[in-house]
Amino acid sequence: MSNTTKPLLNRYQTFNFGHTHPVIKGNVDVSHGTVLYMEDVSVSFDGFKALNNLSLYINDGELRCLIGPNGAGKTTLMDVITGKTKADSGSVYFGQTIDLQQLDEAAIAQAGICRKFQKPSVFEKLTVFENLELSLKADKGAWVTLFATLNGEQRDRIDEVLEIIGMTSLRFQLAGILSHGQKQWLEIGMLLMQDPQVMLVDEPVAGMTHQEIDRTAELLLSLQGKHSVVVVEHDMAFVRSIANKVTVLHEGSVLMEGTMDEVQNDPRVIQVYLGE
Amino acid sequence: MLLKYFGNDKESGFVLLILAAVTLIIPLCNLIFSAGSVFYFSAYTVSLIGKYLTFALLALSLDLVWGYCGILVLGQGAFFALGGYAMGMYLMRQIGDRGVYGNPDLPDFMVFLDWKELPWYWSGFESFPFAMLMVMVVPAILAFVFGWLTFRSRVTGVYLSIISQAMTYALLLAFFRNEMGFGGNNGLTDFKDIVGFSLQSDTVRAILLMSSGLILIVAFILCRWLVKTRLGRVVTAVRDHESRVRFLGYRVEMFKLWIFVFSAILAGLAGALYVPQVGIINPSEFSPLISLEIVVWVAVGGRGTLYGAIIGAIVVNYGKTVLTGVLPEVWLFTLGAVFILVTIYMPEGLVGLWKRKIGGLNHE
Repeated sequence: MSNTTKPLLNRYQTFNFGHTHPVIKGNVDVSHGTVLYMEDVSVSFDGFKALNNLSLYINDGELRCLIGPNGAGKTTLMDVITGKTKADSGSVYFGQTIDLQQLDEAAIAQAGICRKFQKPSVFEKLTVFENLELSLKADKGAWVTLFATLNGEQRDRIDEVLEIIGMTSLRFQLAGILSHGQKQWLEIGMLLMQDPQVMLVDEPVAGMTHQEIDRTAELLLSLQGKHSVVVVEHDMAFVRSIANKVTVLHEGSVLMEGTMDEVQNDPRVIQVYLGE
Repeated sequence: MLLKYFGNDKESGFVLLILAAVTLIIPLCNLIFSAGSVFYFSAYTVSLIGKYLTFALLALSLDLVWGYCGILVLGQGAFFALGGYAMGMYLMRQIGDRGVYGNPDLPDFMVFLDWKELPWYWSGFESFPFAMLMVMVVPAILAFVFGWLTFRSRVTGVYLSIISQAMTYALLLAFFRNEMGFGGNNGLTDFKDIVGFSLQSDTVRAILLMSSGLILIVAFILCRWLVKTRLGRVVTAVRDHESRVRFLGYRVEMFKLWIFVFSAILAGLAGALYVPQVGIINPSEFSPLISLEIVVWVAVGGRGTLYGAIIGAIVVNYGKTVLTGVLPEVWLFTLGAVFILVTIYMPEGLVGLWKRKIGGLNHE
């Protein structure tokens, strides 16, 4: 009882009677230009603060790079956004209205936040084509999936993505026999199939050759505007080639934000990376 | 033409053809030819092969959850036994007043326990359609509740295997109790008729074998269709990388749950076909050992292929029939040794061995 009345008696509480941001299913409200809000988010594992009052805002359609030394909290941040890890405190919103803390991984993915993992995670016993088919933006209910068939439009989309990731000739190969770089590309292809509003891309160019890195940079740049893309990467040359705004994480919070030049010349960043 | 339909999956078509032949030829030969003819199969053989076919159906049901969904269930025998008990209850009601005590309503063991009326959960089992419905519904409900609780809390791997084994063990203990009303440790037996025809007659035995074969064939085709749908591919993806599937937006627990429930229904059907052919169902069918044996059948045949499970169940059980006849005390050691050897040297089972041999020949 006391828990329900407490917020009502709180004199600082404001009530949003004329709800200015109605919740429409399948529609992310980005009327303020921000697609992802993280405010004062903290996560700790056995006393270790992986995220420490972190606040981060991602604009709709922007390409943002996240850098930071090992253990800065980059992967934990992605875990919190995608629902894998629940935050101990703070709020995480998708658009103005969707509280990501209330949703599980599947619901967040369906809402339009998709992720590429650090370690390439493709389904090795399925073919390249089938990997893309499962990633297709469609009704993901069990019953619907049982009777699902591909329509012409969906086939075209798969062909298109196969073209983009350069695997048209490998479509019937099992994903398990692909090289490391090809798996990375296939997983990027799976992201494209889901056509999400927000893409979280963890270390996309690890294990790629120079040519592959260049193509990846080109691809990620081409996604700007249509999708919001958050890239975590250690390869500074790659980050320089794609970033217009870089966020530096350190010990679970944001150390600074700025252009690549600003970041690289900042004494705090230099100290964090090179040590005292 | 049939083989052509199966395309590059010729093995499935081949197994299906053999099953169809067995289902038709053995019972017909038993009925048409008289004893002494070379084409004659004895009533014992008919029952034995019918039993193998129900075991094959049971193995098929396990291969669907283990081979395709990656859930190593060590309690599949529980669903088999529940289906068997539902059938047994119907067969008990068919006895009528021909029991030792001659009570028209109560089975002998209830009269012996001095019960005055039939417990409520026995009502309805005098009807064949109702009993057949329960054969599928009861295992399905257990699988649904068990799956709902475990998959939603994301219990996986070894933990799930152990819990499923505990489940079947708990049922074993429960069914041993006389107060449960299922005949205690004697179980249900002394059956006379099924839908009015004597279980001892050759025709009924032949029809039971045919039904077992037919249901196995239908279940096999259904399972094969299932794993080739998009749902089947999602389930395979769950087996190989469960968390990744969640991040694609699929509710993994629901996919696992429905596959598990479907597999429990198949296991229940297998149990229901098994009981009239062996003439008894008792709590020992719930014992964890039986459930482990099912895993060995699938492993020996080759998991994740469906037809491998069928081959494995028949080969191992044939071995069991022969060995327990000749050297009964070594059977369990043999079973253990077979499991260890298969796990180490033939991870893909007999099917894998066959495929490698064919592959090797083509290579040369």
